[in-house]
Amino acid sequence: MSNTAEAAAGDNPSRRDMLHLATGAAAAGGAAMFAWPLIHQMNPAADTAALASVEQDVSTVAEGSQLKITWRGKPLFIRHRTAAEIEQAKKDDSATLRDAQTDEERAQKAPYLIMLAACTHLGCIPVGIDEAGYEGDFGGWFCPCHGSHYDTSGRIRQGPAPKNLEIPPYEYVSDTVVKIG
Amino acid sequence: MSGPSNYVPKSGFEKWLDTRLPVVRFAYDTMIDFPTPKNLNYWYTFGGILAVCLATQIITGIVLAMHYVPHIDYAFNSVERIMRDVNYGWLIRNIHMVGASMFFLAVYIHMFRGLYYGSYKAPREVLWGLGVIIFLLMIITAFMGYVLPWGQMSFWGATVITNLVGAVPFVGEPIVTWLWGGYSVDNATLNRFFALHYLLPFVIAGMVVLHIWALHVPGNNNPTGVEVQDVKAETVPFHPYYTIKDGFAISVFLMIFAGFVFFAPNVLGHTDNYIPANPMVTPAHIVPEWYLLPFYAILRAIDFNILFIDAKFGGVLFMMGSILILLALPWLDTSKIKSMRYRPVAKLCWILFAVNFMVLGLCGAMPAEAPWTHISKICTFFYFAYFVIILPVLGVVEKPMTPPASIADSIKPHAGPRDSGQAIPVPAE
Repeated sequence: MSNTAEAAAGDNPSRRDMLHLATGAAAAGGAAMFAWPLIHQMNPAADTAALASVEQDVSTVAEGSQLKITWRGKPLFIRHRTAAEIEQAKKDDSATLRDAQTDEERAQKAPYLIMLAACTHLGCIPVGIDEAGYEGDFGGWFCPCHGSHYDTSGRIRQGPAPKNLEIPPYEYVSDTVVKIG
Repeated sequence: MSGPSNYVPKSGFEKWLDTRLPVVRFAYDTMIDFPTPKNLNYWYTFGGILAVCLATQIITGIVLAMHYVPHIDYAFNSVERIMRDVNYGWLIRNIHMVGASMFFLAVYIHMFRGLYYGSYKAPREVLWGLGVIIFLLMIITAFMGYVLPWGQMSFWGATVITNLVGAVPFVGEPIVTWLWGGYSVDNATLNRFFALHYLLPFVIAGMVVLHIWALHVPGNNNPTGVEVQDVKAETVPFHPYYTIKDGFAISVFLMIFAGFVFFAPNVLGHTDNYIPANPMVTPAHIVPEWYLLPFYAILRAIDFNILFIDAKFGGVLFMMGSILILLALPWLDTSKIKSMRYRPVAKLCWILFAVNFMVLGLCGAMPAEAPWTHISKICTFFYFAYFVIILPVLGVVEKPMTPPASIADSIKPHAGPRDSGQAIPVPAE
């Protein structure tokens, strides 16, 4: 603080400097606060979020078939797996997996595999093993858009997708009724 | 090129207005008296053509918005109603739809022209950068516009492209939800895309004003790449010389435009978009519109992890990078010679770059399988190599020909490379 000019500017701010700073700070703070509602309005609205859970009776899905229902506007698979498929899925637990998960972690009740029907690459709907256009090598699902292969547990095995087919949050509210979301 | 104004107000009203709001002076200086190099060829008419494209899209778009309904239950049918029932709706919608393709055709020629004649170099870096930003805004606008008819390609294109954002580590997923306004592409998404599709063309128009302002400060580049030294000898007033030349080019362009509108309005589109959007069924083969195919190919070319960056995010980075790298171009090209007319090796590389860009487009249209996956990797490499290896190195090692000392020299009958027995260089677009 030897420099007198610096002292004049730094140590002895005038009332005008103070007002200048305070006004600027208030304007910046106000602008930031008003920006948030303008940004947040684009997030899911209350009614959109409220529709975010569905219930389904899984006993209506025959063994070896898959049900496609809508949850949060996008399709969801409920696959009733055959014993052979479950066995294959458990065997693949020890295979080299890009996104390592055991079959037990993926299905609360082994016969029913509940997953989002959206490829984790760019969101296309994968084709199931019994559907036309299936070209997968792992007995589960195949994405026609960019060629990702999923196994009988919906795990990514080959292709550009980075993750396993996503398991939505769900719980069994009775023996056969599952609540998703 | 902005010099002293030569405007002389004639009528009493003009004199009165000129001291209050000199708009007539401004218009006279920028659109009539503006000194323009004498030697501009037809590749320089695409700026004017693009202005016509933007005006066409805005006018037809405003009219379409009077009949279109941005709701998932009505959007598809409202477009069909425009095509069948609204008076001249078919014409206006076809112009808007074909107009998007024409806009991109013109902008690609305009950009490749700039690449060839070195129009991005000092003192035009800001002019070029504004152009890149306009191009980026055009892509975003066109993408959102393509979603509005709510056909299968609209829906799945929107799903695939918005999912790209999800590749960004940590913040990707919340941003995708924010973009969608829900948990998938849905009504909220369609609504906001419509709002933004209406807004962005006006942002583009504002950027175009800045683009033209940044053009009028240094003035036009020209095929020799040599700056104007003698305004009197080397330039002509914009009007009538270039209004006529641009006007002729615009007329020819509009004939091609009209040819598509009346005889092949759907040839540049995808038939799947005449199937209403169905979130439960993915089309077998999702492709963007033709003008985005090269960038789509770059996105898909990165199907391998790069160090800690996974393939999905890597593709997004390279796709964005392929456009944003153009902003750095003025500083990447180290050559002091602007025009590739006088740079034989650079000229060859430019031709390869243009061909490479078209091959990338072809790769983008093909299914992601061999040999296309390999070709797109090679082409993606060359695309980036052109900017980060070829142009920086060539500027140092290439031995260029000597450009004419001035524009005046180049247009004298006995001198200049045009008459030195060489073929006249013509951009291959």
